[in-house]
Amino acid sequence: MSMQSAILPHAGARTLNADALHADARRETFGLLALLSPGLLLVFAVIIVPIGWLFWLSLFDETGSLSASNYARFFQQPSYIKTFLTTFKVAFAVTGACVVLGYPLAYMLSQLPRRAASICLILVILPFWTSVLVRTYAWLVILQRKGLINSWLIDLGVISQPLPLANNFAGVIIGMTHIMLPFLVLPLYASMKTIDIDCLRAGMNLGASPAATFRQIFFPLSLPGLASGVVIVFVLCLGFFVTPALMGGGKVIMWAMRIEQTTSLYSNWGAGAALGVVLLAVTLALLGLFQWLLGARATGVWSSR
Amino acid sequence: MTKLLCIKSLAVAGLLASVAVPASAADTITAASWGGTYQEAETKAFFDPTAKELGITIKQDTTNGLDDVRLQVTGNAVKWDITELGADECARGSKEGLFEKLDYSVIDKSGINPKLVHDDWVGISYTSVVLIYRTDVFGDKGPKTWADFWDVEKFPGRRALSGSQATETLSVAALAKGIPIDKVYPVDIDGALQSVDKVKGHIDAWWTSGAQAMQLVKDGEVDMASIWNGRAGTLRKEGAPVSFSFDQGVLTADCMVIPKGSKNKDLAMKALAKFVSPDLQANLPLYVDNGPANEKAFETGKIPPERIKDINSAPDNVKKQVLQDPEFWRDTLVEATEKFNNLIQQ
Repeated sequence: MSMQSAILPHAGARTLNADALHADARRETFGLLALLSPGLLLVFAVIIVPIGWLFWLSLFDETGSLSASNYARFFQQPSYIKTFLTTFKVAFAVTGACVVLGYPLAYMLSQLPRRAASICLILVILPFWTSVLVRTYAWLVILQRKGLINSWLIDLGVISQPLPLANNFAGVIIGMTHIMLPFLVLPLYASMKTIDIDCLRAGMNLGASPAATFRQIFFPLSLPGLASGVVIVFVLCLGFFVTPALMGGGKVIMWAMRIEQTTSLYSNWGAGAALGVVLLAVTLALLGLFQWLLGARATGVWSSR
Repeated sequence: MTKLLCIKSLAVAGLLASVAVPASAADTITAASWGGTYQEAETKAFFDPTAKELGITIKQDTTNGLDDVRLQVTGNAVKWDITELGADECARGSKEGLFEKLDYSVIDKSGINPKLVHDDWVGISYTSVVLIYRTDVFGDKGPKTWADFWDVEKFPGRRALSGSQATETLSVAALAKGIPIDKVYPVDIDGALQSVDKVKGHIDAWWTSGAQAMQLVKDGEVDMASIWNGRAGTLRKEGAPVSFSFDQGVLTADCMVIPKGSKNKDLAMKALAKFVSPDLQANLPLYVDNGPANEKAFETGKIPPERIKDINSAPDNVKKQVLQDPEFWRDTLVEATEKFNNLIQQ
């Protein structure tokens, strides 16, 4: 009884406080929402509205009547499916190449002393300051039939016939990997930098070999950075235009190039809009899949820390 | 007193100046073209002399083609009074009703091929698609006809054709089948596609821009290619080891239109009349390799005789070439291009 009476007023005070706290929390939420509203409005105006409009346009044929013809074309003309598949093939290949090249690079950067790391990081970021067009033409000069690599190899007697490095699939992958690499390395480096060295030391202290330490501790901890890098590279690849247009020799047609062709071929915006909508839908679905596959694991790693 | 007069006259001058601004705005038209060296040539050949003669200002802009015009007209924001387009774009835009009617009592159409004179568009210049080959590979015994280009045994080597201009590639594919130049149009599209199918395994690059075609040939990435004559001429001037001729070339025209809703329609009409007049048309080949659309330009005596043989629209050269029919492509472009893409994009 005495205990109850001791608790009851206390409980009453808690409910009393809870109301005030609740009101306060709500006020804060509204305050934050008010602060956010300019940003949200901007996002709504420059992203949601145009995409909605794009979707709306894609539903009309050239006579202006509602129809699914823009989407039907996707199945009637085999070239659309082909270019769609090519787009994903290129995106997967470039993302894979970036991971293979970027992971060891980011690892090396994260292990270097601070000064050396920042110098190397500048080397990674440096190409960002040059236009994509210029870098792509530079690759053409290096890779084409009478380019630097082929003429060196022929002069050295390594090969007798020039290697087909430009104006084909290989050329597109090389050119795009170069452009995409920093997008993978930077988030990966950032996440590797946050890994606590003490965790690795503890592992070694408990008798793990360096390889086991890397595999069981470092690699899982670097996964969130890798996941975000992979997603950025993959999504950027899907919309790439300049490099495949110049390095592919017209034989590697990606979706963005297809959208450009279709927009100028048909006299209604819907034809191109439909292609944009399809790409957006498939990209979002893939992002969901990534989130499910990589994100869950990555978040698990973060929360366990 | 004199001081007062001075101030007064200054004020009047100021007033006049402020009145003069809107007055001169009415005497300004905006013309859009493709930019680059071609538009610079047009500026010297057409725009500057017309502006001087009519006492107007011609502002310039660049266009990406029919999409831009459609966007302006359907969006009710027409900012150009005259714009250049490819002839098949003119034919398509005309069908969509994007252009103002032209007044042929103002514009003198004599000397322009009737195929390029229409209610709402008129030809302005010609580009040719020609066969170019590298002389360091073939000497002077290179492929001379499109049938040679298709003959991969007699002329081994790397090849490029246009992948973005289906109309031009289908025209040369028809020529490759041995169809005489006056029988190419109307193009038998399925026959031309079969012809493309025969050679496509030997095509090392399908170019998508004039600059790309030029780069492919210049760097020796391909040994022969289809290319626009302006680009081919530039390669020759730069000293690249190349040879080309107008034999079996495909003449494609450019045209000019007044976008529907132009605010200075009447003035644009007068300017356009000047642009297509033989006198100004004769200026164009003095600055660029695109030939004049008005054949009377060759009778003005302005073009040196040794230059005439290098101009694609000179009467002797026209005879060797196929004139691409814009109205044919207006009706078949979409279907033909989709089929062409199905064939080459994989």
